[in-house]
Amino acid sequence: MTHQNEWTPVGSRADLVPGAGIGARFGDRQVAIFYIPELEQSLFAVDNYCPISGVNIIARGIVGDIEGEPVVATPLYKKHFSLLDGRCLEDARYRIRTYAVRLEGDQLQLAPQEQGQGAAA
Amino acid sequence: MTQQNLIVIGNGMVGHHFLEQLAESGQADGFHVTVLGEERHIAYDRVHLSEYFQGKSADDLAFSTADQYAQWGFELRLNTAATAIDREARTLTLDRGETLPYDKLVLATGSYPFVPPIEGNDREDCLVYRTLDDLDAIREAASRSNTGVVVGGGLLGLEAANALRELDLDTAVVEFAPRLMPVQVDEEGGGILREKIEELGVQVLTGRATQRIEAGTNARHQMVFQDDRLLETDLVVFSAGIRPRDELARDAGLTMGERGGVVIDDHCRTSDPDVLAIGEVALWNDSIFGLVGPGYQMAKAALDTLTGGDRAFTGADMSTKLKLMGVDVGAIGDAHGNQNPGARFYRYTNGIAQEYRKLVVSADGKQLLGAMLVGDNSYYDTLLQYALNGLELPDNPESLILPASEGGAPALGVDALPETAGICSCHNVTKGDIVQYVHDGYTSVGDVKAATKAGTGCGGCAGQLKEIVDHEMAALGMEVDNSVCEHFQYTRQELEHIIRVEGIHDFHTLLKNHGHGLGCDICKPAVASILASTWNDYVLNPEHVGLQDTNDTFLANMQKDGTFSVVPRVAGGEITPDKLITLGEVAKEFELYTKITGGQRVDLFGAKLNDLPSIWQRLVDAGFETGHAYGKALRTVKSCVGSTWCRYGVQDSVQLAIDLEHRYKGIRAPHKIKFGVSGCTRECAEAQSKDFGVIATENGWNLYVAGNGGMRPRHADLFAQDLDTDSLIRFVDRFMMLYIRTADRLQRTARWLENLEGGLDYVYDVVVNDSLGIAEDLDNQMARLIENYQCEWKTTLEDPDKLKRFRQMINDDGDDPYVVTVEEREQPRPAKAEEKLERIPAVSV
Repeated sequence: MTHQNEWTPVGSRADLVPGAGIGARFGDRQVAIFYIPELEQSLFAVDNYCPISGVNIIARGIVGDIEGEPVVATPLYKKHFSLLDGRCLEDARYRIRTYAVRLEGDQLQLAPQEQGQGAAA
Repeated sequence: MTQQNLIVIGNGMVGHHFLEQLAESGQADGFHVTVLGEERHIAYDRVHLSEYFQGKSADDLAFSTADQYAQWGFELRLNTAATAIDREARTLTLDRGETLPYDKLVLATGSYPFVPPIEGNDREDCLVYRTLDDLDAIREAASRSNTGVVVGGGLLGLEAANALRELDLDTAVVEFAPRLMPVQVDEEGGGILREKIEELGVQVLTGRATQRIEAGTNARHQMVFQDDRLLETDLVVFSAGIRPRDELARDAGLTMGERGGVVIDDHCRTSDPDVLAIGEVALWNDSIFGLVGPGYQMAKAALDTLTGGDRAFTGADMSTKLKLMGVDVGAIGDAHGNQNPGARFYRYTNGIAQEYRKLVVSADGKQLLGAMLVGDNSYYDTLLQYALNGLELPDNPESLILPASEGGAPALGVDALPETAGICSCHNVTKGDIVQYVHDGYTSVGDVKAATKAGTGCGGCAGQLKEIVDHEMAALGMEVDNSVCEHFQYTRQELEHIIRVEGIHDFHTLLKNHGHGLGCDICKPAVASILASTWNDYVLNPEHVGLQDTNDTFLANMQKDGTFSVVPRVAGGEITPDKLITLGEVAKEFELYTKITGGQRVDLFGAKLNDLPSIWQRLVDAGFETGHAYGKALRTVKSCVGSTWCRYGVQDSVQLAIDLEHRYKGIRAPHKIKFGVSGCTRECAEAQSKDFGVIATENGWNLYVAGNGGMRPRHADLFAQDLDTDSLIRFVDRFMMLYIRTADRLQRTARWLENLEGGLDYVYDVVVNDSLGIAEDLDNQMARLIENYQCEWKTTLEDPDKLKRFRQMINDDGDDPYVVTVEEREQPRPAKAEEKLERIPAVSV
């Protein structure tokens, strides 16, 4: 289903920070990539752009779970976005995009959600 | 509806309470209310008047504001006295000649201090202790004096003596009776009280009648006693009891008591039903009630009389619990046992600990009629409940006053109290009232306090109030849930304990053994803070990095546009010209907006994530360290220039500020911590608004704790006086460590202390007297934290791996193109949304 050449390399395994996020440029967008080793699906990617504050800072948020759902807390206003589907748990008006993300060997790759299988929406 | 003209004469505590009750009753519309206050201040807290000398201002003590009165629709006239009541014409004449018509009059004129009719009592600097203006006069006179005498050894006299002591006068108390506080305590209790007061350096002279006051030889006055002995003093304060301010009522022909006071009935009506009287001017059943609790009850009864309610005043409990100069004194019911023939007594005296307790029980040994306490009031609440509710005493009543180690009974649990048990006597709130509110959904002490006002008068019932709320919630099956979050069923304090006792060094282990799930943005930073203040490991170690809030992660303060502000440490606010120049150069090079902070340092705004390491490399090279403005940690120690430059300074406040800042820098705490050090009592460093405030004295340092600015300002409490520097540091070490160990997450010292059972006294006991036996442990933990200090920026710059995270994008070295600034007042600031639109190319969303 997935075509190898539709994945874009953005970095390497060494760029990942366990339990935290990093930012990456993906075309004209910025994407936040989180690495949560405790989970079976350990990589998650969402927009780095926080629609609440209007700033590219999602990668700096603290990750965790709310009743089992993996989330990231926005660092300026402490709202939570689901890492599974990008919805804001506190305010239905806000939603961020999710992306497919994977490690191919040591290479970190991103793909648009429609193409990938990373985050099951 | 036509309004009745209601005039309230007197704006003291009771008069104010009446007005507050009227406003809240929703029936104020029926009245046109005029309030007359003779003083220039609006009603203030006379019970805590002595705090005026401990740094509280008139505003701090005020119960209300002119704005509040205006909002209530009450016309407030301060500096205005009434001079005559014409009951025929129903008018009131004011001191400036004006007359006001009234339909109803409330006399709340209170009382005045009695000055014994002795020769020379009108000499200069012979003063009284009752109003804020009196206190100003005492303070002014004290500044010209070395010695002071208080005439009167009762409750108010001892308060006045404490005030003189705090004004640095050699102080003596002269009491006519053979002992101090003759109303509250007996001879034996008075003896112990005297020892304790004398230990504080106050001279106590009992059984002395002053014959006259005349010019002194070495001091301004000398007092001559009945036996011709002399006492020289510069200042005299009379505090020999109070007398009702009843001259208006007397002149108007109202029925008076033999020894003064306006006679009232159960509805607070005087002999003229249109004139009511409340508080200390009123005489009910031949008694004047000189306490605020009964006054408040009269205010409520009077309100009901005017508005058709049914509350009446039928007497009040006169039990009192006091702390005078740090000495506990309590008297309950018939404390002397002279009103109940046949009463039997139990006494406990401990001459070493200086404690005395007495029980007065009924002839059959079943009822508690009264009790007396000197030295330890912890027995008071239980005894009061036995007395007020007629609870049957245990078989061995003496167990109620014996120390626990001697077989003393545990304190009476709140569940043993009947629903009718009075808890707050100031606001007349019973246990049943509190229970009802908890059942109605008021599930915190704060909520219940706000709804019932319990605990907001003298505050004596705060402990019991909390016990009842907690007990009731538990009884209703409502968990008093103080868990940090859904991942840990523990409070912050419990987590701290687990981490310290089990030696846990990382979040993962803690979560695995004591929590569940992944954690979240609540528990992770809380645990990171606990780990840091227990072990002080580098906060960006791999096992800690994901726990940190953004600010801690990037060691800078993120602002609304996603850029950071940078605040290097400027210990004590002292900075060399070279370092200032460096700050300026760095700001120019990286195009940063600069502003001076309230903590005497420089904040550089607008730093891009990618630039943070280069900025800090420059700062570290120039000798700067991180300022921890991003952390829940020590921020700054603000100081004045002190004795080095200032003609008033008595100690080197800058040196101490620098030493304190370097000692405590980097220590993580439940919330930020601020210090201030002032070089003299002028207090230019505003130390009393800080978590820790230090004010220089001639003899050393006064330490203040738990002050706060911000949303809910709090004046710091005086913790200890005239400390040498070593003791000061030892006390701060322990206080801070205790706070770190036991506070809730994001709880400043001010709120922590307010919520701590036992309050300041408890902390003092732990810190100074080592009452928990943990002082050494606290000292060691502090020593370890100080030893493990590191400048986090220096460590970070030395580790290329750590620097990797200081990138907006891992695959693009450029800055975030969406961060845009515009110039304003010659400096950059973040662009507003509409300005951004003009400057950024459209983004596809």
